Amino acid sequence: MKEQLTTQEKVEAGMARRRRKEYLFRSVGIIATAVGILFLAVFFASLIVKGSTAFKQTFVQLDIALDPEVIAPGGELDLEYADFDGLVRDGLRAQFPDVNGRSDRRELYRLVSVGAAYQLRALVEKDREVVGTTQTLWVPASSNVDMLIKGNIDANVDEALRTLSDKQIAWVTALQDDGRLRSQFNTALFSNGDSREPELAGIKGAIMGSFYMLLVTISLSFPIGVAAAIYLEEFAPKNRWSDLIEVNINNLAAVPSIVFGLLGLAVFINWMSLPRSAPLVGGLVLSLLTLPVIIIASRAAIKAVPPSIREAALGLGASQMQVVFHHVLPLAMPGMLTGAIIGMSRALGESAPLLMIGMVAFIVDVPGSFTDPATALPVQIYLWADSPERAFAERTSAAIIVLLGFLLLMNLAAVIMRKRMERKW
Amino acid sequence: MRITTMTKTIADNPPPQAPVPNEAGGAEVTGGIVLPDFAEQKTELGGKTVGSVTCEEPMMVADDVNVYYGDNHAIQHVTLEIAKKEVIALIGPSGCGKSTFLRCLNRMNDTIETARVTGTITLDGKDIYRKEQDPVALRARVGMVFQKPNPFPKSIYDNVAYGPRIHGLAGDRAELDHIVHTSLDRAGLLKEVKDRMDEPGTSLSGGQQQRLCIARTIAVNPEIILMDEPCSALDPIATARIEDLMDELCEDYAIVIVTHSMQQAARVSRRVAYFHLGLLVEVDSTDKIFTNPQHKLTEDYITGRIG
Repeated sequence: MKEQLTTQEKVEAGMARRRRKEYLFRSVGIIATAVGILFLAVFFASLIVKGSTAFKQTFVQLDIALDPEVIAPGGELDLEYADFDGLVRDGLRAQFPDVNGRSDRRELYRLVSVGAAYQLRALVEKDREVVGTTQTLWVPASSNVDMLIKGNIDANVDEALRTLSDKQIAWVTALQDDGRLRSQFNTALFSNGDSREPELAGIKGAIMGSFYMLLVTISLSFPIGVAAAIYLEEFAPKNRWSDLIEVNINNLAAVPSIVFGLLGLAVFINWMSLPRSAPLVGGLVLSLLTLPVIIIASRAAIKAVPPSIREAALGLGASQMQVVFHHVLPLAMPGMLTGAIIGMSRALGESAPLLMIGMVAFIVDVPGSFTDPATALPVQIYLWADSPERAFAERTSAAIIVLLGFLLLMNLAAVIMRKRMERKW
Repeated sequence: MRITTMTKTIADNPPPQAPVPNEAGGAEVTGGIVLPDFAEQKTELGGKTVGSVTCEEPMMVADDVNVYYGDNHAIQHVTLEIAKKEVIALIGPSGCGKSTFLRCLNRMNDTIETARVTGTITLDGKDIYRKEQDPVALRARVGMVFQKPNPFPKSIYDNVAYGPRIHGLAGDRAELDHIVHTSLDRAGLLKEVKDRMDEPGTSLSGGQQQRLCIARTIAVNPEIILMDEPCSALDPIATARIEDLMDELCEDYAIVIVTHSMQQAARVSRRVAYFHLGLLVEVDSTDKIFTNPQHKLTEDYITGRIG
């Protein structure tokens, strides 16, 4: 005879299987999370290891005689054509008097960056009294010397396979023994625009380009996006047309960004004749890109405002407009701002559409307005990653660190803003 | 006939289903209002409103009001008069249309896109659904208190001052202060909050919040206050306070209250209207409804057999 099981016994019988399943599911979850964190950790670690050295730069100490014959021939200061390069060379030669022969000297001169001459000129420009004196200056070493000091050039490999010759390495060692080499904070990285010389290249141009671009983007896409969201949520009749608009806004958010770049090229540059490579055009394109994101986030924020608040205001005799501006908007603002900042951080990290509108050019000057040619941070990273010089590798990583820092700051701002403005009801 | 637009969908309002026999005979035609004959208009329930839909000094008169939510005929041929300074309770089982009717009286149904109202509702002889009538102006005269206390996430002061501000009722700050203080006082809340007017209204307890909402409503000085189950989210003590408050308020305002509590209806109202499946079944003085209901449905409801 079949034994009758009680409910309790049936439940007990299934418990082991249930627990096993739960355990399995939890383990899968933990593994997935761990893999994600591992990848992130590896990514950040490699970035920091590679990029952190770029924040330091090697400098060479030289005694440079500021010969008035060179700088001010005939008593007239001639900053434009004075041979500051020659003065730097003289300083180097004074350091190594026994170096003779054209090719040896040329090799010697390559130890110091061309930036040394600019530094000299700036010094004279600032203070004319220095002309005629001998100044002891720290001038930037060339990127190859920098790489050698940072251990990125191996002195033990065959001479033909490295960018510094045996002689050059010997001179660097001599300078080092003399205490004439030192490593200091790489201000050029933050105060210069792009350059062909890695030791002179900086991200200021790219940062300013990104800044102007985001300024255009936020000032266009936030008001337009919020206005569109308010209209669609609060005023627009619900019919087939508004459904169609909603579907298309959602589709727009999924359009690949390079398509927006093509659109910008066709409309803003070819048709409206706006300048190429300008942050203005970049900002317009990025506005198109972020608009759907902001509209969707703003609509969600408006929808989240409890209907009881609307009813309360309507019941008191507030007009639709007053309901929106007195109650719905203040309550939806944190959500809208969060959406806007997330849209902005997406815009900041965007490079593909900028390639289409010419912001990928090599631009040395730091842009001073919305129409100056400029690049953006992610495009600068792309340009540097493409450069053959060894020293650009670490600068690429450094630029990525800076970009990620900005993104982190923006997301942090979004979180703080949401926390502070959030109100309970 | 109007077609209104706006957001939101409406909760379930089941259409009338089973035909219910009309047991009480036709009601008398009184006060110049022709009572609708349900049987003639082929409603499924059939019959007429029993008791007396009229009153002395009518202020708001609903005449043959129908409300449709899309195809759903939520309220059918409701005729009812509301007098000055009276408390009238609307009772009935869930989904019978009493809240819907209430929301017609200050045109809150305008906000529901699919809602359509036919018939006439007049306030002091003027149709509130006429073209020139701005619902905003109407709602300043017909205030509303909702089921769930819904103070704005603003300070207590700003909650009460909001209505007077948007309608421009106060000339200066002192006048506004005066309105806020008297309103809070009349709502019986002033003592509890006078030292913390800057605290958010949401920091109050549920009962206090509801009294704040009442203060907010009377700050606009309406003529009629509509209350949609104002005590259903409150405990008995807070409920008692609100009921006391209603007794005081009816010296100045007409109050239309929707309630699920028959005890509450008996305590606060002078007249009671019983709704059933979108029909106004019976209207009479509170005493009569609870001691000697004319209609079988009313009797069943108040004795607890339906609803």
